Amino acid sequence: MEIVMCFVIGFLFMAAVYLMLSKSLLRIIIGTGLLSHGAHLLILTMGGLGGSSPPVVAPGVTDYADPLPQALILTAIVISFGVTAFFLVLAYRSYQELETDNMNLMRGTEDHD
Amino acid sequence: MINLLLFPILLPFFFAMILLLFPKKLFLQRTISIVALALTAVFTIILMLKVKSDGIQAITLGSWPAPFGISMVSDMLSVLLVLSSTIIAIFVVWYSFSSIGKERESFFYYPGILFMLTGVNGAFTTGDIFNMFVFFEVLLMSSYLLIVLGGEKVQLRESIKYILVNVISSALFVITVAYLYSVVGTLNMADISVKIAQIDQPGIITVIAVLFLVVFGLKGAIFPLFFWLPSSYAAPPIPVLALFGALLTKVGVYAIMRTYTLFFTLDQGFTHELLMVLSILTIVAGCIGALAYFDVKKIIIYNIIIAVGVILFGASQMTETALMGSVFYLIHDILIKGALFLLIGVIIAITGTSNLRKMGGLIKTYPMLGWTYLIAAFGLAGIPPLSGFVGKLLIVQGGFEAGNLWGSIFILASSLVVLLSVMRIFIYAFWGEPVQVIKLDSIQYRNLFTPAAILVGFSVIYGVGSEWLVPYMSDAAEVLYNPSTYIKAVLGGA
Amino acid sequence: MKTNDVILQTTTKVIFFIIILFSIHIFFAGHYAPGGGFVGGLLTSSGIVLLLLAFDLKTVSTMLPINYTVMVAIGLLIALGTAAGSIFFNVPFFTHAFEYFTLPLLGKQSLHTAALFDAGVYLVVVGVTMTIIQSIGEDE
Repeated sequence: MEIVMCFVIGFLFMAAVYLMLSKSLLRIIIGTGLLSHGAHLLILTMGGLGGSSPPVVAPGVTDYADPLPQALILTAIVISFGVTAFFLVLAYRSYQELETDNMNLMRGTEDHD
Repeated sequence: MINLLLFPILLPFFFAMILLLFPKKLFLQRTISIVALALTAVFTIILMLKVKSDGIQAITLGSWPAPFGISMVSDMLSVLLVLSSTIIAIFVVWYSFSSIGKERESFFYYPGILFMLTGVNGAFTTGDIFNMFVFFEVLLMSSYLLIVLGGEKVQLRESIKYILVNVISSALFVITVAYLYSVVGTLNMADISVKIAQIDQPGIITVIAVLFLVVFGLKGAIFPLFFWLPSSYAAPPIPVLALFGALLTKVGVYAIMRTYTLFFTLDQGFTHELLMVLSILTIVAGCIGALAYFDVKKIIIYNIIIAVGVILFGASQMTETALMGSVFYLIHDILIKGALFLLIGVIIAITGTSNLRKMGGLIKTYPMLGWTYLIAAFGLAGIPPLSGFVGKLLIVQGGFEAGNLWGSIFILASSLVVLLSVMRIFIYAFWGEPVQVIKLDSIQYRNLFTPAAILVGFSVIYGVGSEWLVPYMSDAAEVLYNPSTYIKAVLGGA
Repeated sequence: MKTNDVILQTTTKVIFFIIILFSIHIFFAGHYAPGGGFVGGLLTSSGIVLLLLAFDLKTVSTMLPINYTVMVAIGLLIALGTAAGSIFFNVPFFTHAFEYFTLPLLGKQSLHTAALFDAGVYLVVVGVTMTIIQSIGEDE
């Protein structure tokens, strides 16, 4: 199962890099979303896939999943949710202001001497 | 009061939430944010004295036993950094009153600063690697708000790149933490240190160490990951720039210092050598930039990069003298960068431009500003007895002790470049033919100049009084050099 | 172009309340089962977004005259206040407390300070989500 997950994560990273290298701002944002999804899956895999047992230790229970990766993922998901949302608002505002979403047209500084 | 070490994190957070309730009442916003910062500073000083007398303070949140819950640890290094960050925030807020403009002030500017201070103080205090990620995100989210606040075209364009770089580095942070967790099975930094020594797997640990160097290097702007910094930092207004320049890169530098002294110590021949080479290259890159530009903001911004290189060179030596020098230089740099950014802010407010070629002759109309700037510039370059001197001296001495002769000589040579780059501002802006300046009314000038001048005064005291600070600094360096006290404080008697 | 979305509007009037009730259920279920403040908050805000889709921003803001920024602040205050309560008992920050009570109708239930914290999270999530959606949707 870990092997399958590794391929899934690798595929997500690949797609993320491809999207982030494109010119359109929206694709870049989707790329960052995929990147963080890949990272979250990686935490889950790296913590060891615990099978179907619940992450609860009670007296007499010997088979349990590690709860920590799940807690970490939840935190990381909330954070990436916030950042992505902020990024989308910013992209929309700058599209209105700069009238382009093409990263090629956003390079450099015009007050360069 | 076992929760005392959390107060520097909780107080700014609490007051930021209060400020969210009434964004339009400017007077209240200003008073409450100053009061909040002053309270934070008071509690940090109390905490510092407690750390001095009772040793490292540690607490594990939620009453969990130590390696399982999130530990917060306040040793001398963190508390000193927290104190200097809070001081910088006070002066930046004071400076903002008359420079940032009502529109920004009424759009969550002060809550943004307080939230950022929460993140910065938290990142300095936390003893848990994932919690450090969370505090990084707190300070980054508020920095996103601050960098884009005002919505000028330059700001929008640069903040997109700034956010993109930071989102990628955050994802990399999560990935690296995941790798570390899979190897050591713990996130508590003290516990990681113990476990890494036990499992004895230098190969994979070295890979993780280099990955962490990339993550923190992106935040701390080391070579070759500093590329995003100069143009992003030049976009926001001066107070925000001062806050970013003084604090944000230092958080990355602190994280590198902490991780590379606490747990990536197995294969120093590779990791610390790499850190040393990168720090020297960072200094080179910073020197080139600082000499190349004719823009005052850019010159000082490239000086941030030089300082990052100098501090990390000290950290890479792993001798007690060099580490103490790094701590000295780190705090010196927070104070002096804040002061310099505020001073060039005054210069830009007077001349209306940041281009050096369009300035000149300010010494006739604003002599005090000129001389204060000169003191700050000498302090930055490390001319004795000003504040940069002691730190650099100790770093170089530590470098000699560790046998890195050429690296240390290089650090000394870089001081000359630093001096040259900041003197160029003095020569171009203050000497020469006077040019037409915007007439600032004297009250506004005084409001802008006073916080900057007092901050320069702080840095002078820091330099002249460094003899009295030595006990504190050696406490801070002792924890870095000898992590077992840190581990003992977190994990109990183990 | 004026569209006729009477079906959407009529169903929304019913479905909105179902979503809200379900989100409250999810919120309380979060104590021992999957759920909690974050998911509950997202569900609530998705309900409000459905209202926004069916009607328009102006109508919705007269229906629900809420300042979402203030909502975020109050939510954060509740969450932090719950966690900071432990300071007054001189136990480590975030230490929680719970007790079993026998309530009328509900029987034996545990009342937990973590639920208060979660209520704060709920408010923050609704506030943040709605602030973002409003700031994008405000100008046509």
